Amino acid sequence: MNSHMILRIVAKFLIPLIVVFGLYVHFHGDFGPGGGFQAGVIVAAGVILYALIFGLKACKEAVPPSWIRIGMTVGVLFYVGTGILTWLMGAKFLDFDILHPATDHPLGQHIGIILVELGVLFTVATVMVAIFYAFGSRQPEIMDEEQDF
Amino acid sequence: MSGFLTGWLSVEAPVLLVVLPLVMAAICAVMPKDKIAWLLAFITTLICAVLAFDIVLQTRGEQVLSYALGGWEPPFGIEYRIDGLNAPVALLISAIAVICTLYALCSTDAEIEPKKRAPFYAAFLVAFAGLLGMVVTGDAFNVFVFLEVSSIATYVLVGMGASRDRRALNSAYNYLILGSIGATFFVIGVGFLYMETGTLNMADMADKLAVMGDVSRVSQVAFAFIVVGLGLKLAMFPLHLWLPGAYAYSPTAITAFLAATATKAALYLLFRFVFTVFDPSLEFIGATLTWLLAVLGVIGMFVASLQAIFQSDARRVLAFSSVAQVGYMLLGVGMGTALGLSAGYVHLINHGIIKGALFLALGAFWYRYGIVRVSDFKGLGKIMPWTMSAFTIAALALIGVPGTAGFISKFQLLDAAAQNGWWWAVGAIVVTSILAVIYMGRMLEAAWLQPAPEVNGKPVEKREAPLPMLVGMWVLAIAAIVFGVVPSWPVELANGAAQVMLGGGL
Repeated sequence: MNSHMILRIVAKFLIPLIVVFGLYVHFHGDFGPGGGFQAGVIVAAGVILYALIFGLKACKEAVPPSWIRIGMTVGVLFYVGTGILTWLMGAKFLDFDILHPATDHPLGQHIGIILVELGVLFTVATVMVAIFYAFGSRQPEIMDEEQDF
Repeated sequence: MSGFLTGWLSVEAPVLLVVLPLVMAAICAVMPKDKIAWLLAFITTLICAVLAFDIVLQTRGEQVLSYALGGWEPPFGIEYRIDGLNAPVALLISAIAVICTLYALCSTDAEIEPKKRAPFYAAFLVAFAGLLGMVVTGDAFNVFVFLEVSSIATYVLVGMGASRDRRALNSAYNYLILGSIGATFFVIGVGFLYMETGTLNMADMADKLAVMGDVSRVSQVAFAFIVVGLGLKLAMFPLHLWLPGAYAYSPTAITAFLAATATKAALYLLFRFVFTVFDPSLEFIGATLTWLLAVLGVIGMFVASLQAIFQSDARRVLAFSSVAQVGYMLLGVGMGTALGLSAGYVHLINHGIIKGALFLALGAFWYRYGIVRVSDFKGLGKIMPWTMSAFTIAALALIGVPGTAGFISKFQLLDAAAQNGWWWAVGAIVVTSILAVIYMGRMLEAAWLQPAPEVNGKPVEKREAPLPMLVGMWVLAIAAIVFGVVPSWPVELANGAAQVMLGGGL
């Protein structure tokens, strides 16, 4: 763990920036290029960089696989939850206009898209990490019992 | 006519049908106990079946339900559009899903490792949501999305059969490759249509294509891609290679679910595209119907029936029989007449019910005695009389014995072929029905006429399948008889569907 000092220090410096950039891509997604999917991939890239530099074991302690599974679900529920919210407010499924009463500017659409894409961000980031864990944890030999990632 | 649900539920039913299983799938995936996941899945499928039944009632008498997702009015937004053509398919899918979930309560105990059971139900619900989405949506690209949603979940489900039989992995991979090729062809076709018409809404697309008529070569290419893509998904004869493996080695509840619904949903899409998006009176579509669908259907009926006769694995017998039965439906479609379409559509519903019952019973034989080979059926009529009786009823219906649902649809198909003057098709239906007598008869003969095998000098003791399994297969077996004796309801639905198909556009 003491070797590759430059790599480790640069990675430690970069990972928070990567995550922040991911969030920027997400929240700026309705004005410029970007959105939940891209943001999710960028956030996941931060986690994967951590695993590449510090090892899979350390990464699994920082981001446990059980969280990953819950993250996938939370993302889907966030997306659908937005739809259910619009239902509860008396509009059609995913009709974001109801979320804000402004009539001169479709503010409700902005709010709705940010919420929905937040769900996408969660699911994409966690699925990316899950795929990485699944491939990274593959055992070279055939084991008697299957191991979870 | 209106349904029995009122107010909000009735208006939102089309979208609720898809959203509910998707949400529940996400929740199921993180459930700590598999029985809770099962309960959620069961309640979800039950609610969906009720909603679908209500939708069928609402769409009676050429009523069309249209739901604009997110308040974006069609043709710009995604529209869920349900009419007499897709409502019965949605009901079939959700009813079969209820039965298969009930059945899975017992069958997963034997087939799926404990910690994979909650994800199993989650994947099942995703596949279910995808199939319903494919059926209810009125947007061509949305169809592709749901096609992939259901397919990917299905590959996982087929692969989960691996803890029972390692060949499931191979079959799942085969299905993955061929299914992806099918979906790719389909989306290329949709892309061409979008390029030509500038819209993805099917009703709007139909209007734009009607103006173009026969001159657009791009739409002809699109049609070819869509027919091949859907042909792969619905196991049209030479494109059926994924089917026997996928049906034989997936978990038993999934086999029944796939056999009764997955190919049916793809077949519905073929109906939708050939008859309502495109204009079937155009020359190239008429030629496709006659020379491609009908001819391949008949060849498939013969070849797959013959292959079914020479299989030793009972699951593969039924799988090849499914390919042959798809041939009947394609033959009905290929005629292009109201009677033929209605016959193909009735056969779609009836075959879903019959094949579901057969695969459920077959799964119960495996569950109790590990029986998969036809030669092991000896004496099953005495060992598992109730299960075998349900199997027998469904087998007779598959052959087309009078008084069963299979007879109604085959007779209607014969009638349609005769009125069309297609005497070769009449001959083909009769001959392949005799082939069906041979491949199903082999199992029935072994089960009822041969003595039960002996263990240590004593006959094997009687052990019936558990109750949840029996209930499902008997519901389907009774439906196969009821729809044979009083066929008015499915025939009425099919006539409504044929009317939608030939009524000139959506």
